[in-house]
Amino acid sequence: MSLLEIRNLRVEFDTAKGPFRALDGVDYLVDAGEVLAIVGESGSGKSVAMLATMGLLPDTATITADKMDFEGLDLRSLSAKERRKVIGKDVSMIFQEPIASLNPCFTVGFQLGETLKAHTDLKGKQVKDRVIELMTSVGIPDPGGRVNAFPHQMSGGQCQRVMIAMAIACAPKLLIADEPTTALDVTIQKQILDLLVKLQQDSGMGLIMITHDMGVVAETADRVIVQYKGRKMEEADVLSLFENPKNPYTKALLSALPENATGDRLPTVSDFAEAGGF
Amino acid sequence: MSEDVILKVRDVYRTYDIKGGLFKPASTLTAVKGVSLDVARGSTLAVVGESGCGKSTLARMLTMIDAQTSGSIEIDGLPIDISKTGISREMRQKVQIVFQNPYGSLNPRQKIGHVLEEPLLLNTDMPAAERQDLALQMLQKVGLLPEHYGRYPHMFSGGQRQRIAIARAIMMKPKLLVLDEPVSALDLSVQAQILNLLADLQDEMGLTYVFISHDLSVVRYIADKVMVMYFGEVVEYGTREEVFDNPQHDYTKTLFAATPQADIESIRKRLAAKAA
Repeated sequence: MSLLEIRNLRVEFDTAKGPFRALDGVDYLVDAGEVLAIVGESGSGKSVAMLATMGLLPDTATITADKMDFEGLDLRSLSAKERRKVIGKDVSMIFQEPIASLNPCFTVGFQLGETLKAHTDLKGKQVKDRVIELMTSVGIPDPGGRVNAFPHQMSGGQCQRVMIAMAIACAPKLLIADEPTTALDVTIQKQILDLLVKLQQDSGMGLIMITHDMGVVAETADRVIVQYKGRKMEEADVLSLFENPKNPYTKALLSALPENATGDRLPTVSDFAEAGGF
Repeated sequence: MSEDVILKVRDVYRTYDIKGGLFKPASTLTAVKGVSLDVARGSTLAVVGESGCGKSTLARMLTMIDAQTSGSIEIDGLPIDISKTGISREMRQKVQIVFQNPYGSLNPRQKIGHVLEEPLLLNTDMPAAERQDLALQMLQKVGLLPEHYGRYPHMFSGGQRQRIAIARAIMMKPKLLVLDEPVSALDLSVQAQILNLLADLQDEMGLTYVFISHDLSVVRYIADKVMVMYFGEVVEYGTREEVFDNPQHDYTKTLFAATPQADIESIRKRLAAKAA
């Protein structure tokens, strides 16, 4: 049984001009211990799919799926209250903007503790100890002192580490990372990616990386789904995707990488769109 | 030196005063520490570094948004020191800037036509009809259509907005264009289009670029010379080949090592390491 199994997921948003289909019949399968990368440009529906899974989309969204199971539990039938028992504990998510994801009014230690209080039986001193343990495991220097720091007193990379600590606080079975390093510098990006991959390998959880950066895909993924305008273009393991892309859109995306430039001009996706007809 | 140098920067410093508080004495922060560089006409200098390394401060000084604290800047033979001499129209015409965020750098209540004409309105005595003609020409030059003239920024995508920002910057026919992370906010395929556009404009108008970026793969594609900054200092400066093939400074090496590798060899290596 897969950890997460989604079949034929469709998401529509009500807009003033009628319904807008953001995602059109896409399947997602994630196994435990697997790193799946969902890659695509803005508007490809890559984030929408995972937000739908987490139940984080606004009321204007209509979500339909033939199947939406997490460990055999049907996510479609859950009430908000039941969903909260799963979300944040067994499935957790980290977002692109680490500084915006944290509440500026509370210390990072307090915010980490909240997760633990909501999902575990830990109390008082135990919570504090676990918070420090978590902060140590994500590589925050001087965790005992940083517990009392406010988000604005930490750098972007440190805040993202706090977000990761929060996400792994209850040892989730599935971690969804939505562009976790896009807002960070290259050297910090490397550290965060290494940390995520290490945590994933140590705990054997499933990891979904949502990204637009082919470099991040190449560095982390086992399997890759390429999306474009709400449709799945290609699904393959990482090596065959880079070595032998089948879909014209994937080809276009790979050849638009500046490091793959051969001539004077970079090929663009629209050059391929005419030839490939997508 | 026979090279035709358009931008000459010598030992430029920029310090900011930080106000003290109740428990904190006032201090100064040196954002740029003694930067010197030469850029040849028609070439591209890429400035690379992390956030906080002073690369945008350097851009602000080159584009006369900020004055240098000490040192000299010379653009096309014209000395720039705005704290002493102010800015003349002539100086304005030499250099223009394109910012990172095309959503933030255009006024949402200004029509595109007006966006493009404003630099001419402020800096030249050109009659309105001529300004409009120029704006329409410029729209086509950057790959937009004449009917976009009367539209507002929100009607455009990120890539189109960046085209508008580029069009505005070259309205004055500048000699030097400072590009502050012009493609970082854009999707990969749009990024390729904008980089192609920049290359075309450089050929056509003989523009010189100072291209600020943190993305090494873009830098490698576009730059003739590369400068790496770290905490306000230049730690590496040379031609693209020198810097990429034989980086000298530890920070440059770290930077290269941290850049994700998307080639098949590195993926194979990673998968093999993971299986072991």
